[in-house]
Amino acid sequence: MRLRRFTEPVFESLIKISGYSTGFIVLLIVIFLFKEGISFFNLSPVDEGSSLWVHNSNPVKKLTAPQIKDIFDQKITNWKALGGNDQPISLCTLDELGEAFTEEQLGAKFERLPACIDSYIDSLPGTIGFFPDKQTANALKNAQPVQVDKVSFSKFISGTEWFPTSRPAASMGVMPLLLGTLLVSFFAILFALPLGLAAAVYLAEIADERVRRILKPVIELLAGIPSVVYGFFGLVVIVPLVQSTFNLPVGETALAGSIVLAIMALPTIITVSEDALRTTPRAMKEASLALGASQWQTIRKVVVPYAASGITAAAILGIGRAIGETMAALMVTGNSAIMPRSLLQPVRTIPATIAAELGEAPFGGLHFKALFALGCILFIITLIINFLVERVSAKRVR
Amino acid sequence: MGNKLETIDVNLYYGDFHALKGISMFISENSVTALIGPSGCGKSTYLRLFNRMNDLIPNTRIEGQVLLDGEDIYQIKPSKIDHLRRNVGMVFQKPNPFPKSIFENVAYGLRVNGITDKSFIGAQVEKTLRQAVLWEEVKDKLKKSAFELSGGQQQRLCIARALAIEPSVILMDEPASSLDPISTGKIEDLIFELKNLYTIIVVTHNMQQAGRVSDYTGFFYLGNLIEFDKTKKIFTNPSKPETENYITGRFG
Ligand SMILES: Nc1ncnc2c1ncn2[C@@H]1O[C@H](COP(=O)(O)OP(=O)(O)OP(=O)(O)O)[C@@H](O)[C@H]1O
Ligand SMILES: [Mg+2]
Repeated sequence: MRLRRFTEPVFESLIKISGYSTGFIVLLIVIFLFKEGISFFNLSPVDEGSSLWVHNSNPVKKLTAPQIKDIFDQKITNWKALGGNDQPISLCTLDELGEAFTEEQLGAKFERLPACIDSYIDSLPGTIGFFPDKQTANALKNAQPVQVDKVSFSKFISGTEWFPTSRPAASMGVMPLLLGTLLVSFFAILFALPLGLAAAVYLAEIADERVRRILKPVIELLAGIPSVVYGFFGLVVIVPLVQSTFNLPVGETALAGSIVLAIMALPTIITVSEDALRTTPRAMKEASLALGASQWQTIRKVVVPYAASGITAAAILGIGRAIGETMAALMVTGNSAIMPRSLLQPVRTIPATIAAELGEAPFGGLHFKALFALGCILFIITLIINFLVERVSAKRVR
Repeated sequence: MGNKLETIDVNLYYGDFHALKGISMFISENSVTALIGPSGCGKSTYLRLFNRMNDLIPNTRIEGQVLLDGEDIYQIKPSKIDHLRRNVGMVFQKPNPFPKSIFENVAYGLRVNGITDKSFIGAQVEKTLRQAVLWEEVKDKLKKSAFELSGGQQQRLCIARALAIEPSVILMDEPASSLDPISTGKIEDLIFELKNLYTIIVVTHNMQQAGRVSDYTGFFYLGNLIEFDKTKKIFTNPSKPETENYITGRFG
């Protein structure tokens, strides 16, 4: 008795402490995520410690990251296209200087490099140069640095190009990834919801008790299978199937992703909506049948409407699963970060992007932070989904 | 008056449990038959024979014949069961309206039976709500959820719902057991009214109620039909001692 008086407060405080510390850790993670994600904005897309230079006479003083990419990919070859004079663009990096000047001219320690750049640019006024600041010492006479637009939130969201490693300026538009994620998830749920609902109705209303007792645990078990296994299954079964059915060069497409994610979301959708369907009181069903309704009419007009909010919650949970899914999406969607045009194209989802690129992004760099910003977007999407689930299931408790 | 319903030596088993033991009974048209007996004696089970509600319970086995207008309802095609249930309406012990509007509750039976004529449905809803003495109370809120009604109103709504598809038989399983005396009185009056149009079987634990509303009474005990006769005879001069004991309250 006296012992209990002593142990109870101890347990109580232990529970409290673990509750608080869990909450604290979650909060820390969120803060860390957003701190890294937000610090991404207002950085320059050009490598830190390097600058772009143009001749003083060049009226183009400002470029965007996609423009720079096009220039260095030689898709844009004349300044006219950028609102400048009609003169061809020539590219100049340290490599070109190495060819144009002898080691003697450059100096043993490259101490005469700025002078060389100056004369190079002056001889070719259409030049755009890209040099480390260490070499130019920001002391060029005939050239001036190009201003590059900072990464802004609106550009990040609306940008349609994702080339985080391209140099000299990285393009980081999240649109293709966002659309890829939404496309794959939307179709996943479009496939999974009717199937899942049908299976749930079958389990709750039609299957006899013996079948149900076997099927239900099996389906619940499916929810626990690691996603890499689903991804593997998708890779060996779904991807070739998609490829041969639609006669495609590659089978890794948004469609394959949607199918695999649909399969993954099914167990959640089935179990949650089956539970909801089973809450329909027996008396309600009997009343319907006693009025001459068929079993199917009873399901359609009484059972499903009664469970509507539970079914909605199941759908939203399924969407959440699909949107956040990383491994399987990475394995079967083909991962090309282009604006999705059809289901039969490779796409890349946000989680897959983070997983694939985080390893190669230099710690703390622009790319690294961009991936955190992606994480923030994903976090916000899931937050919205959870909020919707709360709303819907709150309605259930009439 | 002919026999509307008839059971001939009906046995019903819930798995191994023998719930109805060789029940034979006649129910004549446009009469009210009360089924009485202690709890668990099989009244509800017997009542649910007539619209084949027991079919929904797994492992139920039924022997014998149940005749409606001379036809064995357990021999009809499974696809005709809906039709049978349309002809044999049921009011349950607890009010069980659908989570729909008052109007849609009454219209439900019409809609599932393929009736789409709006004006007919509207007229039928009003007619049956009037029959169930509920119209005056709900006519201004037909679009409101049925759950907003009181228990007694809900039960009368369920009666209206059963009447809307114009069955010829109405089964009532303790329709007033969860209601206050005033609502109970209304429902009893209603049963009395409906007798002219329908054949009614009502299960009740309330002896006075059985005496007031019914023409015939059947006394069940442990799955047996002990006695079945005119209500007057049962209540004044029962031929079996068990019946007398039960009616006078001297029953275990
Ligand atoms: N679904 C079922 N499965 C198994 N046994 C059942 C089932 N329904 C009823 N029984 C049994 O059958 C017997 C008769 O039940 P029934 O519901 O017909 O009784 P009742 O006379 O209506 O009782 P009450 O007055 O309490 O409603 C009871 O012993 C009951 O336990
Ligand atoms: Mg009963």
